[in-house]
Amino acid sequence: MTWEIVIGLEVHTQLLTQSKIFSGASTVFGGTPNAQACAVDIALPGVLPVLNRVAVERAVKFGLAVGAKINSPSIFARKNYFYPDLPKGYQISQYELPIVEGGCIKILTGRDNNEREKIVRLTRAHLEEDAGKSLHEDFHGMTGIDLNRAGTPLLEIVSEPDMRSSMEAVTFAKTLHSLVRWIGISDGNMEEGSFRCDANVSVRRLGDDKLGTRREIKNLNSFRFLQQAIDYESGLQISILENGGKIRQATVLFDADKRETHVMRSKEDAHDYRYFPDPDLLPLEISQDLINEIMKSMPELPMWRYYRFIARDVDKYKLLIEKQTDIYPLQQSSAYLKFGVEEIYALSKYDATMLTADKSTADYFEEVVEIVGSKNAKLCANWVIGEVAARLNQNNEYITISPVSAKQLAELILRICDGTISGKIAKDIFGAMWHGEHGSSADTIIEEKGLRQISNSDEIRRLVDVVLIDNPHQVSDFCKGKEKAFNFLVGQVMKVTKGKASPAKVNEILQEKLDRKKHG
Amino acid sequence: MLNSSLKQLSALLAAKKVSSVELTREFLRRVKVLNQEYNAFITINEEMSLDQARTADTMIASGVACPLTGIPIAHKDIFCTKGWLTTCGSKMLSSFISPYDAHVIERFNLAGTVNIGKTNMDEFAMGSSNETSFYGPVKNPWDITTVPGGSSGGSACAVAARMVPAATGTDTGGSIRQPAALCGVSGIKPTYGLVSRYGMIAFASSLDQGGPIAKSAADLALMLNVMVGFDARDSTSLLRDQEDYARDLEKPLEGLRIGLPKEYFAEGMSEDVSRAVDAAIVEYNKLGAKIVEVSLPNTKLSIPVYYVLAPAEASSNLSRFDGVRYGHRALEYADLNDMYQKSRTQGFGAEVKRRILIGTYVLSHGYYDAYYIKAQKLRRLIAQDFAEVFKQCEIIMGPTSPTVAFALGEKSSDPLQMYLSDTYTAAASLAGLPGMSIPAGFGNGNRPVGLHIIGNYFSEAQMLNVAHQYQQVMDWHTQMPDITKA
Repeated sequence: MTWEIVIGLEVHTQLLTQSKIFSGASTVFGGTPNAQACAVDIALPGVLPVLNRVAVERAVKFGLAVGAKINSPSIFARKNYFYPDLPKGYQISQYELPIVEGGCIKILTGRDNNEREKIVRLTRAHLEEDAGKSLHEDFHGMTGIDLNRAGTPLLEIVSEPDMRSSMEAVTFAKTLHSLVRWIGISDGNMEEGSFRCDANVSVRRLGDDKLGTRREIKNLNSFRFLQQAIDYESGLQISILENGGKIRQATVLFDADKRETHVMRSKEDAHDYRYFPDPDLLPLEISQDLINEIMKSMPELPMWRYYRFIARDVDKYKLLIEKQTDIYPLQQSSAYLKFGVEEIYALSKYDATMLTADKSTADYFEEVVEIVGSKNAKLCANWVIGEVAARLNQNNEYITISPVSAKQLAELILRICDGTISGKIAKDIFGAMWHGEHGSSADTIIEEKGLRQISNSDEIRRLVDVVLIDNPHQVSDFCKGKEKAFNFLVGQVMKVTKGKASPAKVNEILQEKLDRKKHG
Repeated sequence: MLNSSLKQLSALLAAKKVSSVELTREFLRRVKVLNQEYNAFITINEEMSLDQARTADTMIASGVACPLTGIPIAHKDIFCTKGWLTTCGSKMLSSFISPYDAHVIERFNLAGTVNIGKTNMDEFAMGSSNETSFYGPVKNPWDITTVPGGSSGGSACAVAARMVPAATGTDTGGSIRQPAALCGVSGIKPTYGLVSRYGMIAFASSLDQGGPIAKSAADLALMLNVMVGFDARDSTSLLRDQEDYARDLEKPLEGLRIGLPKEYFAEGMSEDVSRAVDAAIVEYNKLGAKIVEVSLPNTKLSIPVYYVLAPAEASSNLSRFDGVRYGHRALEYADLNDMYQKSRTQGFGAEVKRRILIGTYVLSHGYYDAYYIKAQKLRRLIAQDFAEVFKQCEIIMGPTSPTVAFALGEKSSDPLQMYLSDTYTAAASLAGLPGMSIPAGFGNGNRPVGLHIIGNYFSEAQMLNVAHQYQQVMDWHTQMPDITKA
């Protein structure tokens, strides 16, 4: 029996704002408990919510980036339930008319995540406030309540059940995560809970039209947990069905230590949230002027940039983007058709995927290329994806904190291109720059360490002659047809020059001299 | 002095014939004597009041006084008042000292008035007789065996007994107008959105509106000048130019068209009330107004609509009173749910519980469309009725309450009878229209009758003009209950 796994995600992403969604208190993470909870957050008698304009703008920006409909008006509703870290006894959310409706996200799936494109449809995205935190440790049988997080603005993004594997779900979540960071609406910090996923998982026999009964896995705060939880949950559901059992709708929690899901509450225990429009907040109207303003501020979106990076031909690229604009009506965006003939990079899909994983990386790459020149774009890509990313990944950091700036890297690459240094020496210099040596300028390091490549033919000839004299056995081996001896001799020249000799030149001169000996 | 208008008191203060401290002491003295019988105040705090009076005297001395500077005002205990016990008439908040001022309180503080105390009210403003207060019922000074009306019964009683020159109140379905009528004083509920709800403890957010209770329309105008103002902290607050509500008081009424909804004069109104209202209409006719018959066909639905929507909102608004952060918490409980249950069971009175249950029911899955959505649709029809009628007239008149003050305990065991007390007032609340009540004589047992005046949106100045012109020819509003003790 072949089973199909069906997954839909609900993602809570914290919007980047200075103050909370309905109060003026700060949203900065990690404050002393309750120091960032004002009268409104504590829900004192008589206080009222006032909507944060920036949170609304962030939500609209997301809606435009995914080609969704921006509802005007949209309605804030109260979701009523009692919990100690929910001060008002209700959460202000959106229910019947969310601010963002529809839209989609294109993900790259298959081997290396760049084999084929898949569209994941979005159902909606709505604004809501976060709850506080209940702290059960350190209180000796009591519970502490920290309301610093209460009222933090969230955008809940709900997808259609369009994903068919845990891998696809993770790719979707990563693409979404990258997008919200890309357009600057969220810092996406998963450790601080700025990006949390709930996964609705069901299984059905391959070919069935009807969806199976779903169970919702709550609060997955890493991509790894998302994958593990879906793998466990879908496996469990398949084994239940194969053993003749039935799936009961439920909300489950993932135990990361045991890698298992456990039922939190069944459908029968589901809350009746008694949603109704919040009479303290008027219907939210969004003017076309505001939408236009936000469109103008929209950066070139990751998918567009991906197409531009792999383009080998301006016209084909334009065609692809025109096709995109059916989905993304963003012709008014300042980034729309950002292209010049001289900017053709012709990168591989793999390189383009890596470089567009986040906006700062793509920006960094283009800053490097701008200095180095687009005919060496591939070399630039190799450096950004290779050396830079490798050192950053050691600490899971983003490129914005790279100690080597794009300009510094570009100057280093320029020295490779003009033959001043070899690629190998360049890596050493990059290491030095990373640690901030010698004012971290490539030229300074080259000069001070005397690393300039020896490409003067006469000097290399002289050095080759010395090596040939010092290694008569290898020379005669080569003449007898042992090609391997050639590499040994190259190595000897490089050793004598401490790697500074231009490998191309050494090859050329050594070949010439040995040929002469062989046939001489 | 007891019957002096706010303008007269202001003049006495300005002329330094009396100081604010003296005025405050005198009214506090009356409050202390009379409150034992009337129970109009939950909290008085002599020191805090006198501090404000001294500040007011300094303002007056240095020539920066506003029209109401130095005048003692009582505030309904629904307005959060910094440093003052703010109970909302409930055991739930019986130890809640507010750390902040409501917008209305801020405005009175800026105007330099003296807070003379917090007035009694129905618990969380739910009631029409002031009998649901945790602090016990307020007595009607015209007959202490009867109720003062509610929920702003303490404020209405305090003004009627001349314990204070004027007071604040709030009105959700009639809570300013009905007690004003039953106590023989004047009260106005402005257009929804004019007075900020920030710091006014919420009952039904889409209906709640603050307003003043005073002896005359002229006094109400001066009170409104202080109370009305935009507040960015209330998203339903309306941004409008500041008005002088006293500007049109002296306008003649010639050509004014007064609409009498035939539905208000049908069954339900008692004969004594009917007689007084009819007599008032005759006076208006004499003042030059034209009387036209109009119809509000959906007005009969206002009580059922009101008693779906107001409890729905209340059931959610009162969820914050959970014993977690402030307010009453049960002393002993087994677990979290038990704590919620016991704290709320002990902290809320019967009427509040009844409305939370009704509200929870009408919002529940499977009932929401039949009750809440239906009521919202009817609410729009009720508002449309008014829009039609205001094409035929500028002002609508009728009785404020179907009866004069009823006996304490008479309706407290019959919620439906009690709810019908708001039968004439709830419709204007649902439409968000301004409504007021002014004294229009006496009915059975020499108990006051109120004349209900409804105007179009933002027509408060005109309504006050209409009321003031009547008060220039009739003296019902100057009549005082027979208080011999003070």
